[in-house]
Amino acid sequence: MSIQISTTATAVAAGRPRRRSLAGWAQNGGASTLAFAMPLLLVFGVFSWLPIINSVVMSFQKTNLVKPPTFVGWSNFTYVLSDPLLWTAIQNTAYFAVLALVIGYPVPLIAAVLMSEVRRFRGLFSALAYLPVVVPPVVSVLLWKFFYDASPTGVFNTMLGWIGLGPFPWIQDADWAMPSLVLAATWAGAGGAIIIYLAALTSVPTELYEAAEMDGAGVLRRIWHITLPQLRGVLLITLILQFIATAQVFLEPYLFTGGGPAYATTTVLLLIYNYAFANSLGGNYGAATALSVMLAVVLALFSLLYFRLTRSWSDE
Amino acid sequence: MTTTLARPAAPIVPVPLAEAAPETPSLPEAPVGRERGAVSPSEWRRPHVRFGLGLTQVVLLALLVVAGLGPMLLLAKFAVTPTQDILSTPLAVFPNGIEWGNLDQAWNRVHVSQYFLNTIWLAVGSWAVQVIVATTGGYVLSVLRPAYGKVIQWLVLATMFVPAVVLLVPLYLIILHPPLLGHSLINSFWAVWLPSGASAFNVLLVSRFFDSLPKEVFEAARVDGAGNLRLFWSVLLPMSKPILGVVSIFAIISSWKDFLWPLLVLKDPNIQPLSVRLPAIAGTTDLGVFLAALAIATLIPIGLFLAFQNHFLNGAGFSGAVKG
Repeated sequence: MSIQISTTATAVAAGRPRRRSLAGWAQNGGASTLAFAMPLLLVFGVFSWLPIINSVVMSFQKTNLVKPPTFVGWSNFTYVLSDPLLWTAIQNTAYFAVLALVIGYPVPLIAAVLMSEVRRFRGLFSALAYLPVVVPPVVSVLLWKFFYDASPTGVFNTMLGWIGLGPFPWIQDADWAMPSLVLAATWAGAGGAIIIYLAALTSVPTELYEAAEMDGAGVLRRIWHITLPQLRGVLLITLILQFIATAQVFLEPYLFTGGGPAYATTTVLLLIYNYAFANSLGGNYGAATALSVMLAVVLALFSLLYFRLTRSWSDE
Repeated sequence: MTTTLARPAAPIVPVPLAEAAPETPSLPEAPVGRERGAVSPSEWRRPHVRFGLGLTQVVLLALLVVAGLGPMLLLAKFAVTPTQDILSTPLAVFPNGIEWGNLDQAWNRVHVSQYFLNTIWLAVGSWAVQVIVATTGGYVLSVLRPAYGKVIQWLVLATMFVPAVVLLVPLYLIILHPPLLGHSLINSFWAVWLPSGASAFNVLLVSRFFDSLPKEVFEAARVDGAGNLRLFWSVLLPMSKPILGVVSIFAIISSWKDFLWPLLVLKDPNIQPLSVRLPAIAGTTDLGVFLAALAIATLIPIGLFLAFQNHFLNGAGFSGAVKG
């Protein structure tokens, strides 16, 4: 760390060592420093640190809006863990994550590797790829919901009809619903990953390609043996980030299908929402926080991994 | 005060976005100095390589146009297409006539104008809160550096490991019964504005930027007798325009995207933003009018993207991922 500005300035201005009294502290700018810290302290204190603590406390309490909360031990956790819907939700969330991995993970990588060889209008390529990311998620879901119209004149069914396929039920069928959601989510998110990969691709040392070319490696082998290994760090990061994001998927199941048909798209986050907010008479806040805390512990481990990876690479 | 303060003291340091996102060092479209990728220039000169790669890229561009731009063009077309045509022939290039009435009805009859205004209000307020918290907080953490600064920094950083889902229920109850305030913040814009300020990402981004500014400027200002407020307002903020631009764009876009939180705390339809109202009116609105409303809701984010493409394509990937 470099010089501490405030101390230096005080020493220059006052020409004597710092006083330890409260009045001296205030005179040396301590009070105004605290005033500058207030917005951060208040906003983070009330809207971040306090709810984080509360969530842990509430997961051991029975909370309703009428009576003061009472401690109930682990019963919220046992309630959640014995809810048959929880296992459905975990399965659905895992299914979403796996589908997103199979469909959504390779697409941006392939697109970025191809785009990195583009020599003209590359800005146009990346702008087109990123456009869906800036569309508000609610709009893209509602628009895709219309595209998924199951009748033969639905947008996708019309297009597939041109090559003799369909009509498909899309989000109205329990088997089709989840892949449809993942497809829409991939469309909405791929641009972000493409931009990350494109940036990483520019930092692959060109000498490696030259050396491989001298050794007679063709373009595909260069991509397989140089490009992809050079990207492995970024690939791991996007993998972790994608996992963290898919574990919290909410908007798509909530707006596309409401968790249906037959609970086929009820995810963990949708279950938390339903515990707390679906019942208009007052939610089961204890169960909701217990489940969020359990989910958070799992996700925090992944965040920690992510943080350590990015930290160690930026130190290099 | 002395004249040194009025003068912009140092050249503005470029945004150190690369520091926040270690793996995104440069513009995606900036490999200008790069003579080659996996394919070398001499290979590019060979006819069959040139043809093969060229063809691949044309196909790629076509796919990107269809996938990236296609849905938006369709939406724009639907916004001015009679409902009957949308339902029977959604992909017809030239529908039977243009129905400008969709837009008019959406804006006036379905009160999209009101929801649009609500969305803008929410975005402006969230922006202000985020900028105030991030700049004052960053100032304390990286310039003033009080003894307790390390603790604050650690506590702010720690919130990045806590997924947003944990906050949902307790935060809702805090909004219902805020400490010291005495009345519920439900149905108040403050319920959306204030929590948006608790963004560790913003604080981190801004304090990293402040760290990169030349320390001599602050010392010179101190010697000239500038107090904390003067240093903040007349020296630091004028030097921070680039980072404020980045924070502002992210703040507005993420506020525009926000759905679940406003849905929970803004119960009164008259103050709800577009993201909450659009799903609510979906079932009861004429399809053409509804799609026109969707199109209207997309205009501002797309406009911002077109205007500030570089900001988005530089750092948005990582920030979006971290925030999401």
